[in-house]
Amino acid sequence: MIESSTIQKGIDVYAIRQQFPVLNREVKDKPLVYFDNAATSQKPQPVIDALVNYYTRYNANIHRGIHTLAEEATAAFEATRDTVQQFIHAASREEIIFTRGTTEGINLVANTWGRQNIKAGDEIIISTMEHHSNIVPWQILCEEKAAILKVIPINDEGELLMDEYKKLLGPKTRLVAVAHASNALGTINPVNEIIEAAHQAGAVVLIDGAQSTVHLDIDVQQMDCDFFVFSAHKLYGPTGMGILYGKKSLLEAMPVFHGGGEMIKEVTFEKTTYNDLPYKYEAGTPNIADAIAFKTALDFINQTGKENIRKHEEELLRYATQQLEQLPGLRIIGTAKEKLSVVSFVIDKIHPQDIGILLDNQGIAVRTGHHCTQPLMDRFGIPGTTRASFAVYNTKEEIDQLVAGLKKVIKILT
Amino acid sequence: MSDQETIHEIEQEIVEEFSLFDSWDDKYEYIIDLGKRLAPLEDQYKIDENKVRGCQSTVWLVADYQQGKIFYKAESDAVIVKGLISMLIRVLSGHSPDEIIETKLDFIKQIGMTTHLAQTRSNGLLAMVKQMKNFALAYKIKNAAKI
Repeated sequence: MIESSTIQKGIDVYAIRQQFPVLNREVKDKPLVYFDNAATSQKPQPVIDALVNYYTRYNANIHRGIHTLAEEATAAFEATRDTVQQFIHAASREEIIFTRGTTEGINLVANTWGRQNIKAGDEIIISTMEHHSNIVPWQILCEEKAAILKVIPINDEGELLMDEYKKLLGPKTRLVAVAHASNALGTINPVNEIIEAAHQAGAVVLIDGAQSTVHLDIDVQQMDCDFFVFSAHKLYGPTGMGILYGKKSLLEAMPVFHGGGEMIKEVTFEKTTYNDLPYKYEAGTPNIADAIAFKTALDFINQTGKENIRKHEEELLRYATQQLEQLPGLRIIGTAKEKLSVVSFVIDKIHPQDIGILLDNQGIAVRTGHHCTQPLMDRFGIPGTTRASFAVYNTKEEIDQLVAGLKKVIKILT
Repeated sequence: MSDQETIHEIEQEIVEEFSLFDSWDDKYEYIIDLGKRLAPLEDQYKIDENKVRGCQSTVWLVADYQQGKIFYKAESDAVIVKGLISMLIRVLSGHSPDEIIETKLDFIKQIGMTTHLAQTRSNGLLAMVKQMKNFALAYKIKNAAKI
């Protein structure tokens, strides 16, 4: 495949918008401004077509069938695995496990590697800015095993206190599980440093890439993480599809998660032997259509060029930050030096929910609330924020609309 | 609030008031105004057991039973929710448990506010309606037990 990112200079955002049919719709009689991309991104037409094409032309169960449809479906399904492997620079395709999403990936690791390796008194380190999905599975595990959950603190800018992190590491640390980037604040964490320190302490590292994978270059080998998880739907792909990357040696040694079809080699009533990687962790008929369409989403990102996308989004972040800071009473929560294109903010005396409803009334979709990060909101002493998160198809004009919308909200509510 | 009016009649009044508004902006400005004017709930009632579970905003709801009728008081930390509460109180407060249990609150649909009843966990209006009806059911059962 030609790496178009090196050829193409910049992006034509208006041409890109043409590929996303939902952007043509109106909400409350106003053109949709979609700024909830950190929750899920919209889908380009080719991704939608790939789903329709699968069901229209070659719907079949994969791997077992010997008929043409099954062969075509299997080839398309497995092609996604190859594309994902290249996308995150994994050493082999066997290290790419298909899941339902980030949450399932984390739960899979907690239930297999975790149950096998965590014992009473062992320590698991997470951070203050984790999504509930990267807190609760570890809490459940710690409760079951009488292990201890430790939390890396952050500063007022929303950055991890790395010195404190290193103090938490010790001979009992078995696992460090942290977000590559925060969904609520946008902070990009120094994962290389985190992983290196954890490895020196003899701990295994899981990186939650739910937010980062669509924005940053991911090289799991260079990063040297042991597990990396993310979801397709935040990468312009379908919902219900996600990836667990794990180092082969770990995946081979781990016990199985779900039992059933596909994950077996041989079954007798006395004993079952399990299939090889990656199928060992893919019991039952998988999400074939969405897995297939995910490749199309990754192709879209590759063709647009990750660097081009990032430059565009960085410009949107810079512009939005600058414009929003001028609004009276508005305070941005999360001002890390390294940030994704996410702006979380509070406005004096106005509840985020009121902001969300009144912006929706103007056709602007943002997210309000605690963003599934209640401990983080507690750290900032706020019930929640309003969050605008940007994608490749967003424009400065839309940010102007957000700012105008917020001015109106402030006028009505204060 | 007049004791003579039925729930349905009060609902119709609200529907007529909303028919004067041309735009969503006007509707919401009206609801916000209602919210700002809602009498604050005394601090003693703002306790966990009076909280209505909603995902984003906090709502406290209390009910009082006097001479066969239920009277509600409520507050929220979000002003639009307060406006919606204000309308619910106007419609339901001062009626008998039976009337409250049976009403379908059609006015919410008629004024175009059904999005607030959607299962998005966004503002807990649905939870609020449920809680108000639960109070009515509880008082009805209590009364039946007395007889």
